[in-house]
Parts: sequence; structure tokens; C-alpha cells
Amino acid sequence: MSTSTSAPPPAAAPARRRPAARRRVSRPAALVTALALLVLAVLASLAVGSREVPLGTVLDALRGLGGTSQDALVVRELRVPRTLVGIVVGVALGLSGALMQALTRNPLADPGLLGVNAGAAAAMVTALAFLGVTSRLQLVWAAMAGAAVVSVAVYVLGATGRGGATPVRLALAGTAVSAALYAYTSAQVLLDTTTFDRFRFWQVGSLAGHDTTVFWQMLPFFAVGTALALAQARPLNALALGDDSGRALGAHVTRTRVLTALAVTLLCGAATATAGPIAFVGLAVPHLVRALTGPDQRWVLPFSCVLSPALLLFGDVLGRVVVRPGELEVGIVTALLGAPVLVALVRRRRLAQL
Amino acid sequence: MSAPTAGRAVPLPRRGVADRARRGRTVRAGRGLSVRVEGRTLTVCLGLLLALGAVVAVSLTTGDYPISVPDVLRTLVGQGQRADEFIVLGLRLPRVVVGLLVGCALGVAGAVFQLVTRNPLGSPDVIGFTSGAVTGALVVLLVLHGGGWQTSFGALAGGGGTAVLVYLLSTRGGVQGYRLILVGIGVSAVLQAANDYLLTRSRVEDAQQAQLWITGSLNGRGWEQATPLGVGLAVLLPVLLLSGRSLTLLDLGDDAARALGVDVARTRLVVLVAATALTALAAMAAGPIAFVALAAPQVARRLTGAVGAGLVAAGLTGALLLLVSDFAAQRLFAPTQLPVGVVTGAVGGLYLAYLLVTQWRRGRG
Repeated sequence: MSTSTSAPPPAAAPARRRPAARRRVSRPAALVTALALLVLAVLASLAVGSREVPLGTVLDALRGLGGTSQDALVVRELRVPRTLVGIVVGVALGLSGALMQALTRNPLADPGLLGVNAGAAAAMVTALAFLGVTSRLQLVWAAMAGAAVVSVAVYVLGATGRGGATPVRLALAGTAVSAALYAYTSAQVLLDTTTFDRFRFWQVGSLAGHDTTVFWQMLPFFAVGTALALAQARPLNALALGDDSGRALGAHVTRTRVLTALAVTLLCGAATATAGPIAFVGLAVPHLVRALTGPDQRWVLPFSCVLSPALLLFGDVLGRVVVRPGELEVGIVTALLGAPVLVALVRRRRLAQL
Repeated sequence: MSAPTAGRAVPLPRRGVADRARRGRTVRAGRGLSVRVEGRTLTVCLGLLLALGAVVAVSLTTGDYPISVPDVLRTLVGQGQRADEFIVLGLRLPRVVVGLLVGCALGVAGAVFQLVTRNPLGSPDVIGFTSGAVTGALVVLLVLHGGGWQTSFGALAGGGGTAVLVYLLSTRGGVQGYRLILVGIGVSAVLQAANDYLLTRSRVEDAQQAQLWITGSLNGRGWEQATPLGVGLAVLLPVLLLSGRSLTLLDLGDDAARALGVDVARTRLVVLVAATALTALAAMAAGPIAFVALAAPQVARRLTGAVGAGLVAAGLTGALLLLVSDFAAQRLFAPTQLPVGVVTGAVGGLYLAYLLVTQWRRGRG
């Protein structure tokens, strides 16, 4: 399998994209549109819910006006933290998805692949079942620790041996370790009803129920992860041509892989710890983005940064509205929203492959 | 996905296809029927068979009520005592047979999917089969409050319907591996959301029961599960083995395969249908057991070093993986009987990790 990375013929280079598809939309204009979408999503997230708050009141509340009126309280205490969490988690999911797919050159790769989700889940279950942890903040830290430890283990496993961490090795190592950990997790939840009950809700993924403490505590992870991720755009582009060509273009193969994996761990670990393993966003958004921009990471990453939180926030708002007064978790809504779009895109376009 | 770009998404190894094909020898059986037999693959398959025999023997003889090997043999040929007969023929043998068949079906199906999607992570999940089967079963269990065979039927309907839907959605002048994967991801995501919804909106006891089914278990399985599965394998396995060569050629890329005389679209359709049917039968018998379809072909390929289909080796590996896992699931936490799906992940995952490390050390893999 060690030859797989040098196997792709040169014709697979990004230059092969149909130029016609690119000329139709200019990428800067598309990015501005996407940003506008994100702003809309943020406003909707602040104004819409089981209690409708007029936009004027929302803006007043943000500026510290409106005092202790119900509306202002709802906005400040519930919706602002929820929206902030939604933005950082969205950015993290989109970025880590795009990085994972570039790193493993595998369209199936999602942020869970490096063992992040499995590690977080195993740590959660351990904390719930054995340590008697119940506070949300402590659970977030347990999940973060589990995600970090396991993804380092997966990377070490994937990088052992000659040739270092090739895409296939990483993917398989991640799957193998995840499977073993999920075995542990499912044994726990099958044996212990209380743990199962907490776990099944965590597993769906939701933005609700946090105050700003979690946001501020997780922010450094998100910030460092995002910076690292964006810095990998250029070397990842070079590596897309294969290890040898990448090296010839001046990219440092091992360093790029290590830093990318580190960024994925930080971003995805923090996102999963905060909101649960929200499926699909990290997997699908990069595919959608590549259909818009082509495979150039310098565009894929910023677009993922903007479209992914927009999708997440719209999904969250929709989840508050559709089954009022109940709520649908965002993890469920994003899948229902995003999947038809993905399928339609896959059918219509010639996809930008990895 | 034309042939040149295909190389991108295809981490399956290409080096040595020709080398290995040149090695080994061709066994001809009558007109137009010939099989290449390769020394190492043959050795590995024989080794796997031996190991399977050993696991079966241990499974039949041990338990709360140990029976000696000679007694088991006597019972199998109809000369045993009453109690032995009940335990061996009534309880242990059917379970072992179901495990054997389910493991074999999953291993073969996984190998086919990995070849067709040209992706080492390709498994029946790729076409949404598993999520669909789970949705079907959850609807029966949690919404309609059915049980037993109704659950199996729900799983079959859900999984089969999903597979057909994904297939139809991804055809556009023939099914392409890459598009199939992406459509499968999309459809699976919707179904997964539905599954999560059902699991979070029902009573915790019901949800836990459903979780048990989702995990996949051989507890209480008997001849009524083994028979349809056995018949299915007897029909589908030859179909897949006969397509094996065209399947190996698909690995060279669509254009190359076409140039060598393979009807690419038809081969894909035939093997996908057959592999999906195998998965469906396995899920009906034991629930959607995770990871066997993914791990067995990977492990088999590393044992044999063979690049091609390796369906036989994958099937045997799957059977061995499932039987060992079921043995562990029954004994490790006795008297609690874990579902086998819990253990396949642990055993398969750890063994795959071990293989990856040792093979890479030697510079292969």
C-alpha cells in the first residue's frame, strides 16, 4: 500500500478542472455571498425561537440596552451563547472536514476518522459511568481529553513504520482504533441504562444548553486550530499532486501531515466536546465547497469556514421552529437539510475530486 | 470518473498486480473455466480453515456445560446422549453455523464493496444499506412495537429500499464508484438522523432494546436464521466468484478494464446486487454487525498479500472474526452476554491495528 501515494497519474492534477464551470461564478463574489448568508444565519439565530424577538430588540439587547426585559434576557442569556457556540463549532467542523479529506485523500473521510469522536465518546461514557461526573463543563473537558489522547494515538499508529503517515494508513488506523473504542462505548451503554440515557442525547449533537463559560474555555482551541488549518492550505495543495511532486514543489510532507492532523484534533475535538458528534456537516460541506471552487485549498478552506457555520446555524434555527414548542437537535436538522443538496450536486455536476 | 482521475480516490495498491498474476499457476477445469491458484493465498486459506475448525470445536465443547470432543463428534453423527444432543444440536451448533455464515457473507460483501468503490473504507454502509436497515428495524421496534421476525423484515425492507434508492440516484450513464459513495453518504446521513430521532424520542428501556438489535447479536439464533442465509450464500457466492476476475480487472480503471473486454456497468451492477443481498441476509439473521465487512477484507489482504478480489480469503477471515468475537462475547463478561457486535469492533479493530503496525515495520502494507 506504500505505493498508493505515488500511484495517481499526473492527469489527476487540479489543473484538469473544467475551466467553464469556474468562469460562471467568480470566487470572491461567491465568498461575499456566503458571508452574507452567514450574517443572515446569525441574525436568525438571535431572533427566532420559541419566543420571537423583533430584530430591533435583539440589536438593543446586544448593545446592552433593553435592561432586564424578558426578550433581552432570552437574547443575552440563551441565544448569544448558543449562536457563538454555533459559529465556532461550525467553523471547526467545516475546516476539519476539509482538512481530513485533503489529508487522507478520501471522500469518505470525516472529522471522526482520526478517532476524535470515538475518543470523546469513550471518555464521556467513562466519566458518566465510573467517575460519576454530571456537570456539563466537566463532561466537555472529559470529551476533549479523550479526543486529544486518542487522536494522538491514531496518528502515532498511522505514522509507525517506513514512509510515515500516508493517507491510507491514517484512514485505516483511525477506523481500527475507532472500532475498538466504540466497542467499549457500546458495551458500557448496553450495560448501564443511566449512562445510555445521557449518551443517546449527547450523540445526536446539539448547540443548546451552554452558557458562555464553555465558549470562552474552548475558544483558544478553536482559535489555534483555525490558524493552523488556514496555514496548511498551500502545502496541502502541493501534496495533492502526490508526495514526490509535493516535495519537489518545496512542501515538507511530514510537517504538513503532522500540523494538519494537529489542527483537525484541536478543531474537531473542541467541537465534539462542546456540541456532541454532529455528523455530516464536516463530511458534506467540503464536498459542496469543492463543487463551487474546485480543489484549491486556498479557496476550499475559507469557503468551508463560512458555509459550514451558516449551515449549522440555519439548521439550529429550523430545529427550534419546526416542532414548536419542542426542539429538533441541530445534528438531525443539518443532515436532513444538507443531504438532499449533496445528492443533487453529485448528480448534476462533474465533481471536483480529491 | 474517468480512468486517469480515478487514481486519486483509490488508495488500493497497484504495484505488483502483474507480478503476482505471473506467479501462481492456472488450474483449468473444462472449457473456459480456469482459476489462478497462488501458493501463499492457498496456504493462508488452509490456515484460516484450520483456525475456523479449532474455534468451532472450542465453541461446541465449552460453556456452562462442557462436553468432550469425542462426545460432540458422537452427537454430530447421531450417536450421542439425549442431553448432549439438545445442547450441541439444539443450541451450540445452530449458533455457530449462523455465526459462520454471517461472518462469511459480511467478509465477502465487504471485499466486493472495497473493490467496486476502490476505497479501503468501502463497506455496505457506503450504499446506505446499514443505516436503512437500522431505520427499518427501529420503525418496527419503536413505532410499531413489533418484534422477532418483523424486525428482521423491517431491516430487510429498509436496507434493500435504501440500496435501490442510492443506486438509482447515482446512475447516470452507469454507476460510478465516486458518485455512489457520495450519494450513499447523503442518503445515509438522512437515515442516520431519523435513527437518532427515533432513539432519542422513545422510552429509554425501548431505546436500549433497540440499541441491542442495532449492535448485532447471535444470542438465541438458530436454524430458522441459518437456513435462508445458507441458501442465499450457496446461490450468491458462485455468482460473485465467477465475476471475481472481471472485478479484479476493474481495479485497473474503467477504461483499461473495458479494453480487456469487461462489461464494466454490468459487472458493477451484478456484484453490487449480489453483495447487497449477502449483507441483507446477514443483517436479517444477526442485525447489522459492525466492522466485519470493513476489517475482514483488509486483514485477508494483508495475510495473503494478494491484490485481487481475494473473496474466499475475505469470507473465511470474516467467519473467523465473527466466531472468535462471539465466543468472547459469550464468555468474557459471563453471566452477562454481550452482543457480538460489541466485540467484533474490539477484536477486529485491535487485530487490524496490530497487522498494520507489524506489516509497516517490514515495509509492506
